[in-house]
Amino acid sequence: MIQFMQQLINGISLGSIYALIALGYTMVYGIIKLINFAHGDIYMLGAYIGFVFATKTGMGFIPTLIVAMITCSIIGVVIEMIAYKPLRNATRITALITAIGVSYFIEASTQKVMGTNPRAFPNLLPKGNLNISGVVITYQQIFILVVTVLLMIGLQFVVTKTKIGRAMRAVSVDTDAARLMGVNVDQTISFTFALGSALAGAAGVLVGIYYNSINPLMGLVPGVKAFIAAVFGGIGIIPGAMLGGILIGVTEALVSGYGSSLYKDAVVYVILIIILVVKPAGLLGKNVREKV
Amino acid sequence: MRKNQFTKTNLAWLLVIIGSYLLINVLISAGVINKIYQTVMLTIGINIILAISLNLIIGITGQFSLGHAGFMSIGAYSAGVIVKMMDGAPSSVYIGMLVGILISIVVALIVATPTLRLKGDYLAIATLGFGEIIRIVIQNMKITNGAAGLVLPKLIDWPVVFVFLVISTIVIVSFTYSAYGRACISVREDEIASETMGINTTKYKIMAFVVGAIFASIAGTLYATSFYVIKPEIFSFNKSIDILVIVVFGGMGSFTGSFVSALLISVLNTSLQSFADIRTIIYGALLVLIMIFRPQGLLGKYEFKFSKLFDKFAKKEVRQ
Repeated sequence: MIQFMQQLINGISLGSIYALIALGYTMVYGIIKLINFAHGDIYMLGAYIGFVFATKTGMGFIPTLIVAMITCSIIGVVIEMIAYKPLRNATRITALITAIGVSYFIEASTQKVMGTNPRAFPNLLPKGNLNISGVVITYQQIFILVVTVLLMIGLQFVVTKTKIGRAMRAVSVDTDAARLMGVNVDQTISFTFALGSALAGAAGVLVGIYYNSINPLMGLVPGVKAFIAAVFGGIGIIPGAMLGGILIGVTEALVSGYGSSLYKDAVVYVILIIILVVKPAGLLGKNVREKV
Repeated sequence: MRKNQFTKTNLAWLLVIIGSYLLINVLISAGVINKIYQTVMLTIGINIILAISLNLIIGITGQFSLGHAGFMSIGAYSAGVIVKMMDGAPSSVYIGMLVGILISIVVALIVATPTLRLKGDYLAIATLGFGEIIRIVIQNMKITNGAAGLVLPKLIDWPVVFVFLVISTIVIVSFTYSAYGRACISVREDEIASETMGINTTKYKIMAFVVGAIFASIAGTLYATSFYVIKPEIFSFNKSIDILVIVVFGGMGSFTGSFVSALLISVLNTSLQSFADIRTIIYGALLVLIMIFRPQGLLGKYEFKFSKLFDKFAKKEVRQ
């Protein structure tokens, strides 16, 4: 039982990071139907920006997090402007290949600039842990959970209560109708990219602190897993991404706790395929009939 | 009723095949093509087989697969394990190839049957997942020696690759121009419309996927037996992307394009060898630029055909 609780807690803290990345995927997919393959690399850039900022200035956790989030949102918007905007009316496959190209470009450039070796992320959070009748919770895990929950509440507020949030929802339901109603679609898409990339940047910093080590290819696997989380919860649905992220994290922790950690990635892919085949709309998604 | 197979075009192609075989032979014995160029030639041949087999799935049938490296690894490891078992006997390559093809067919059917119901980008992610599952399984098996991989003797040389290149091209191109291939093209153009016309779309998607997987597996066997070392990490998701780049660069749906781009990219790769770190940067930028400025690739859907050439000559003669 203690081991189960322990794995559950590890899973939730890992899953909340997946959820942060998944939110970016799900928002972008909801709005322009693009699997932004480069999203995982923005998360990696977030970790590196945090690393450079924290080691150069020696500042603490909050400034590092904010700098990483702002820089990442700018990078996200620039990528959207250069690579995705010219392809607004192209096929989805064309857009997906472009996204793969962007992802390659970012990874290789980071490898060139920062070197291929892993770097040690500075420890910005207090060390130590709580011991609740045998279940160990580190302060870092608590911090990660608190930050994630705060960011998600913030996002939920932006999406449901503000004007730009309403524009985002309108564009995702029907782009043309939203444009006719006077919504600035391009601006809204840019804002969506900014928001998603900021969350990915935050996730990058949190992972850097949690695992203590970052490398230029760290975005690849979590990126794919976060996408799986988004599909799991129902792509385009914001609470779905949070739920999916946590579930994927917990599954992974339980598989490595009870089974073999070597197969934890394979299990996640199997979940993806089962979801896609059984309920492609995801856990919280509604089945939409295809109109001919 | 059998059609006469000895048409002018087929004879012309036969001449091209024999001619290029003799030309390469002469160049090698004259010393123009040295050992390094021969290795490049092997890479080019294997890359062309991979590219045309992926082109059949993506370009002709319109199904976006990101798991091609998975099937390549099946071929490579089947050959690797059997070569090890038979202590590097020359026939072990072909037995290994056969085993690889059989396993690939089974795996491709398992992958295709559920996932090909999905569309576009969902399919891409599902096939990516399958490709990674294959890699993780290989990485954790005893017989494949895990992450360390297998070290094999070099058992084949360029004539073998050349022969398989010719066979692959003939089979895949014939498939494309057969009734099956036309059905696949109709699936690409409009799935709903072709279903209305009575085409079993799932059947043709699976068919193209399995044929593609077979040739990816053959390419994997050729790779394993000519490049000494195979490791699971060689066949990661990045390998699938490399193959995709060749197909997209040449033009999705053009086999001539796949030939040209496999040639160009392999030469580019070799000449950029000393700049290996910026190679991937160039790759990434290239993909984005092609998609923005020339999404149809170098050649679009153009195919080089002798029949077109003969028609042109014939018309000229008539005019004169």
